Amino acid sequence: MSEPTPQIRTGAQLGLMSCHHCGAVWEGAEEGEHCARCSTHLHTRRPDSFNRTWAYLIAAAILYLPANLLPVMITKSLFGTQQDTILSGVIYFWVSGAYGLAALIFIASFLVPLFKLTALTLLNFLAQRGSEWRQLERAKLYRILEVIGRWSMLDVFVVALLAGLVRIHGFAEISAGVGIAAFGAVVVLTMLASLSFDPRLTWDTRAAKGRKQPDGTKRGERVV
Amino acid sequence: MTEVPDAIVCEGCDAVYRRVPLRRREVSRCPRCGTELDRHAGDQSARVLPLTVACLILFAIANLFPIVEIELQGLSNQTTLAGAVVALSSEGMSPVALLVLMTTILFPLMQLCILFYLLVPMAYERRPTGFVILVNALQALRPWGMVEVFLLGVLVAIIKLSSMAQVIPGPALWAFGGLTVLLTAVLSFNPRTFWEMAFEPRAGQRE
Repeated sequence: MSEPTPQIRTGAQLGLMSCHHCGAVWEGAEEGEHCARCSTHLHTRRPDSFNRTWAYLIAAAILYLPANLLPVMITKSLFGTQQDTILSGVIYFWVSGAYGLAALIFIASFLVPLFKLTALTLLNFLAQRGSEWRQLERAKLYRILEVIGRWSMLDVFVVALLAGLVRIHGFAEISAGVGIAAFGAVVVLTMLASLSFDPRLTWDTRAAKGRKQPDGTKRGERVV
Repeated sequence: MTEVPDAIVCEGCDAVYRRVPLRRREVSRCPRCGTELDRHAGDQSARVLPLTVACLILFAIANLFPIVEIELQGLSNQTTLAGAVVALSSEGMSPVALLVLMTTILFPLMQLCILFYLLVPMAYERRPTGFVILVNALQALRPWGMVEVFLLGVLVAIIKLSSMAQVIPGPALWAFGGLTVLLTAVLSFNPRTFWEMAFEPRAGQRE
């Protein structure tokens, strides 16, 4: 924690709900009520956030294995058939001297999904326990995850384009392997996991929950 | 329920602040968690419509012309983005084909069409029908359009092939490059700005 911020009042404490679509702030709204401006359902926190995030994370973790073990690309050429997994593609680039490209694919296809899985597991676990450990860093980590997650789709697009392009019958034919379907699913599931995780839960610590309004009134207008 | 028009609630940590008017290029951040609270819209709304039209033109070029052509032993083959999607689905990879179709063609096109549809009548200060649904759709589509990732994928694929065959970049490749740049500018336009344009004075005050 950089500095203590004792004046912070949360919407939950003040009985305010903000619409996650249009940003309007409502006082005295019921959970699940429609936003009067854009008719989105209003929630204090994203509904069932912990469970949904866990479900997406577990599904993504299971599919992470076939995504990395099964071939993502099958190349048929005059020299025979070659099956590539994501890592063997990286090794191919590394051995042939394209170090930058090897690093790019290794980061986008292997490290980013792994990093996302572990980081979201950590964030969700700590938030669920109401931990106060490094909240600011956890908030930053979540914002990083939201930005980098999409770049994992890189390999899906590479394989899609190669499969569409390299179809010279008899000489060279590239087709997509089952692994790429699993890999695409991992990317989508980790994106859904980070969308269903509510970053506000990181700040709903046990201490913050105990620190209720002293007079118990709602004071929407007189804040900070 | 009543609206609290001058309050702003941090999406990252639920802290409540009083909304302060921002000057040009100013961005306000939550002092507790660092999440962006508000951003001055600037003259963006005037720029977005022409940029959207430019994007739609580039989008058409990017999808109608071949992206790359390969030549091998006197035989050549080329593909468009849609061609790659069709090839994938014909190989029994329909889920992957669908994923590529949605993230690179369908969602970006929907975003552009919705923006165009909303911005044209709003230039005459009219609120188009379906406003609420379309602005919400725009907000929901935001994470799922991946044209810039696709462009990087094309570049990787070209390098991958260059050792094996002769690769000739097609017109769509340049269009994709331009589209990526313009789309970044267009999509940095926050859909929430629509609510500020459409609701002045704000809804809570009218009641």
